[in-house]
Amino acid sequence: MADVRFVDVTKEFPGGTVAVDHLTLDVADGEFVILVGPSGCGKTTALRIVAGLEKPTSGRISIGGRVMNPVSPRDRDIAMVFQNYALYPHMTVYRNLAFGLREHHTPKHETDRRVRRVSAMLGLDDLLKRRPAQLSGGQRQRVAMGRALVREPKVFLLDEPLSNLDAKLRVQMRAELKRIHQAVGVTTIHVTHDQIEAMTLGDRVAVLCAGRLQQLGTPQDVYERPVNLFVAAFIGSPSMNLLRAGSSQGRLTAGGLALELGGFPEGELVVGLRPEALHLSNGLDSQPSIELEVDVVEPLGNETLVHGQVRAQAAAVGIDDEDVSTPVGAPSRLTGRPGDRAVITARLGAGDRPSPGERITLSVNPRDVHVFDPHTGLALGREGP
Amino acid sequence: MSVDVAIARDGGLDAELAEPGRRLRLPFSPWHLVLFPLAVIMLTPLLWMLVTSLETFAETQHFPPILIPHSLHWQNYPDALRAAPFGRWFLNTTIVTTIVVASNLLLCSLAGYAFARIKFFGREAVFMLIIATLMIPFQVIMIPTFLIVKRLGLLDSIGALMVPNLANAFGIFMLRQFFRTLPVELEEAARMDGASRLGVLFKIVLPLSGPALATLAVILFMWTWNDFLWPLIAIINNQDAVTLQLGLTQFQGAHTTQWNLLMAGNVMSMIPMLVLFFAAQRYFVRGIATTGLKG
Repeated sequence: MADVRFVDVTKEFPGGTVAVDHLTLDVADGEFVILVGPSGCGKTTALRIVAGLEKPTSGRISIGGRVMNPVSPRDRDIAMVFQNYALYPHMTVYRNLAFGLREHHTPKHETDRRVRRVSAMLGLDDLLKRRPAQLSGGQRQRVAMGRALVREPKVFLLDEPLSNLDAKLRVQMRAELKRIHQAVGVTTIHVTHDQIEAMTLGDRVAVLCAGRLQQLGTPQDVYERPVNLFVAAFIGSPSMNLLRAGSSQGRLTAGGLALELGGFPEGELVVGLRPEALHLSNGLDSQPSIELEVDVVEPLGNETLVHGQVRAQAAAVGIDDEDVSTPVGAPSRLTGRPGDRAVITARLGAGDRPSPGERITLSVNPRDVHVFDPHTGLALGREGP
Repeated sequence: MSVDVAIARDGGLDAELAEPGRRLRLPFSPWHLVLFPLAVIMLTPLLWMLVTSLETFAETQHFPPILIPHSLHWQNYPDALRAAPFGRWFLNTTIVTTIVVASNLLLCSLAGYAFARIKFFGREAVFMLIIATLMIPFQVIMIPTFLIVKRLGLLDSIGALMVPNLANAFGIFMLRQFFRTLPVELEEAARMDGASRLGVLFKIVLPLSGPALATLAVILFMWTWNDFLWPLIAIINNQDAVTLQLGLTQFQGAHTTQWNLLMAGNVMSMIPMLVLFFAAQRYFVRGIATTGLKG
């Protein structure tokens, strides 16, 4: 086991694409860290740099205190689970699992013992004689995990290991992954673009965009206190509602929503409201409210998602924008559609089921409001109630 | 075979019976109308060779040619074997062919893998240079090759037949192209599992390259086994270094040619190739290389 450190790591591909841009990140011994971001944000490249499959253009990568830049993948003592599993098609499951141990000249009885232990742990006992072609997607995924586990490496690298599974299996394997990490306790770096994986699996989450680290923190931290517009918009599903707002004399006004929030610079701002920050108003409380014209209602059983229009101007962040030259959250990336109607989403209780076309009043607790600078994209500290 | 295909397309025999006369259907693919005459054209010389090898010398001299001999004259085969050191020729050809094929599979794999996966300075330029040599006909380099082999002191020995052919540009090209189609993640996984570059090649890449290696082996076998021009030049007096194709010409005298014996010898020289071709046929099917990936 060992910690993993990125020190000012940059990877520029021939042709000028900067996949990883001055990344500095410490993963503690035994920690489970999630690298999350939209496609093309450099998260897989960062993982491959740890693996030794890509050489960083500059910067240092170290594992367990040892600088790994010149060390070949085979000597790094790390194991990786690939997105497409990359099982050796011509070998049985047993030999797939044993391959790494054989390459490291592990004694035969030891190899056998470890393969048996891992196959029991993952429920692969009955599959050991099969070839990958004879396995289902979930079984292949487990063999891929097993091949990494059996090596008992210092670091696990998981490259979107669950993305090729169907929804039900994914939930199952997600829990399995957590269980394995709790049992084995190996330092793990997990790359994903899946919100839920990011929120549920990791001790800490690193949000990347355009090769740059946006925020590093516990899942709770990143969700509740996003440092900039990108993180705010990217983390959470459905994502945060962003509205253009103006601030003057201790009041924030976003279209029909007026908030008594002081302490922000005068002028243009962006306010962010998580869908669960919007409540159906009973008309009695004194909280600020906004009227929503319901378009679509999605009852999910335990809650109801209501999409509709409010009188305000939307501010959207181009999350999937792969243009790395513009800093995140800069004005050019704020792509709010002109007009005075903004589409927002509210997460209401299971019993609250307005019908399409209906007008409902949603109230907001000012404490749940996020405020951002539209020019830098950075979150602004809040004062007041 | 073709009938099966037609039925399968209709979703089984039942479907065919349930909707009789839905559409007029040939019991074979229309392509067979083209392929069948072509096959006849290709097979005629072979059949004629076979027929001639079973005729008496007198019958071979008859005009118009006798296409159906009065009796099968099997005696030609032992006669041909006795008329010349057939065993020696066969042995020489087998040695040359085996070594050339084996060394090509090894060396072309190594070179092809390097060109496919390892980044090094000048890789593309060197590769283009190798490809370019495919454009040069053998006749152009025949004399320089002869001089080199002579300097090496190999002239007039079977070494002369092997050394210039131990690796070849076509094999490197073909294997490189094939290796590039293999999923690179398999190789990355093996490298992280601790395999060296050579380990990756021999334990992962080559086992997945069965179809390409089989195809290359058959092509090289054919080229080498049937090669006539280079042995004709390189083997001058040494009767112990004569190959089959070279030896068979000895049946062609200045005045008469023992057509029946020559054809019997030809038939015998073809047998190993046919055996190999049919044995390797099932490997030509595209392999299992991608079955370890996601479904």
